[in-house]
Amino acid sequence: MAHTHESNVKKIWMVFGLLSVVTIVEVALGIIKPDLLHKTSFLGTSPLNWIFIILTLFKAYYIAWSFMHLEGEKKWFRRAVVWTGIFLICYLVTLLLIEGNYLFDTLAPLVRW
Amino acid sequence: MEANIAIPSDRKNTWSGGGVRPFSASYGKMMMWFFILSDALTFSGFLAAYGLTRFKFIDSWPIADEVFTHIPFIHGEFPMYYVAFMTFVLIFSSVTMVLAVDAGHQMKKSKVTWYMFATIIGGLIFVGSQAWEWNTFINGTYGAVKTTDGKLLQFVKDGHQIALSDFVVGERNDGRVTHTKKNGLWFESGEEVSNYSLAQIKTSYAANPSIFVRSEQINLEEKQKIIFSREKGLAELAKAEQIVEGANLEVNEYGNTIFANFFFFITGFHGFHVLSGIVLNIIIFFNVILGTYEKRGHYEMVEKVGLYWHFVDLVWVFVFTFFYLV
Repeated sequence: MAHTHESNVKKIWMVFGLLSVVTIVEVALGIIKPDLLHKTSFLGTSPLNWIFIILTLFKAYYIAWSFMHLEGEKKWFRRAVVWTGIFLICYLVTLLLIEGNYLFDTLAPLVRW
Repeated sequence: MEANIAIPSDRKNTWSGGGVRPFSASYGKMMMWFFILSDALTFSGFLAAYGLTRFKFIDSWPIADEVFTHIPFIHGEFPMYYVAFMTFVLIFSSVTMVLAVDAGHQMKKSKVTWYMFATIIGGLIFVGSQAWEWNTFINGTYGAVKTTDGKLLQFVKDGHQIALSDFVVGERNDGRVTHTKKNGLWFESGEEVSNYSLAQIKTSYAANPSIFVRSEQINLEEKQKIIFSREKGLAELAKAEQIVEGANLEVNEYGNTIFANFFFFITGFHGFHVLSGIVLNIIIFFNVILGTYEKRGHYEMVEKVGLYWHFVDLVWVFVFTFFYLV
């Protein structure tokens, strides 16, 4: 609560517009799947997947900052929540994806299709 | 000394933390944030495990566009549209929630009431949609065949997947019927017997040269499932041991067993969060109507439950990406 009592209605609708546009772009790309983005590879996965992930993080940022009103919280309270989460999630995801890749490299040659 | 011991109080402050407001956040709001953080770590654990499994089976994971293709009341293939609709419903209910919080800051009781009401309706539409999605997923559309070496074979015609009922002809010829409570020995029912028998599927396949068998394996260049030649298809079909229609925790017609397991587990866990969010919203909704927060002088409870509701939306954004898009 920022203890400001002026209305944020206009800003809320702007953020909604933004989130909607991003979702529409995601869905459109997911349906069209342009070959150039889908069937090429960049840093371990297709550029299309990277676009999806970046747009997702973009949406997550706006939900947390605007709707959950993190921007109005005290700086170090915000950091206690956000940094902890981001650090642990990055750590876990990095280890598990590397492990998954290793499992594939090790087990896939043993599968007879 | 005082900081380290419990101070006797009249118990009115037991749940509010009294007047202590570290970082200018009330006790309740701060604890809601720390709960959300821990819940976010739980969900990220699930999604990371999903990621690990997907990388492990990167050459055979079901393609989402081919699994989630349905819209209620309409026949045909429409990948993604329905989940996109669900995403919108949830984002929109987040907007009405934040509008309720905003109206609460200005102590406008009737506005808070209506926005809370809209949020609850949005939540119910979402949960209903998810129930429909589960139902479609569990019943399946096409049907497939599982071989003795654990591979799943699907059927395609002109490059598109077709259902067993689209090409299997004749009556099943082994005389098996589903064992129900009514006709069985003792009052127990047995496993459901498919409309078709394996022998029937094999003969129908052999008789119809336009049908091909599709493997689970993905051609990593084309990003499409590999379709066998007619001869190879026949050889694979010879190993068939089970007809698979729909999905359960042991087998499913889409591909890897664990794909369905993760689908049930992660969307189910998220759906459970939405459900508890709706219950919380309803409680707060009635409190608003009763004027509880008007008397209290502030609508912070609306804000706290709002945080939880936005979090549920936040998680869905990620589930949507990693289950349906990527």
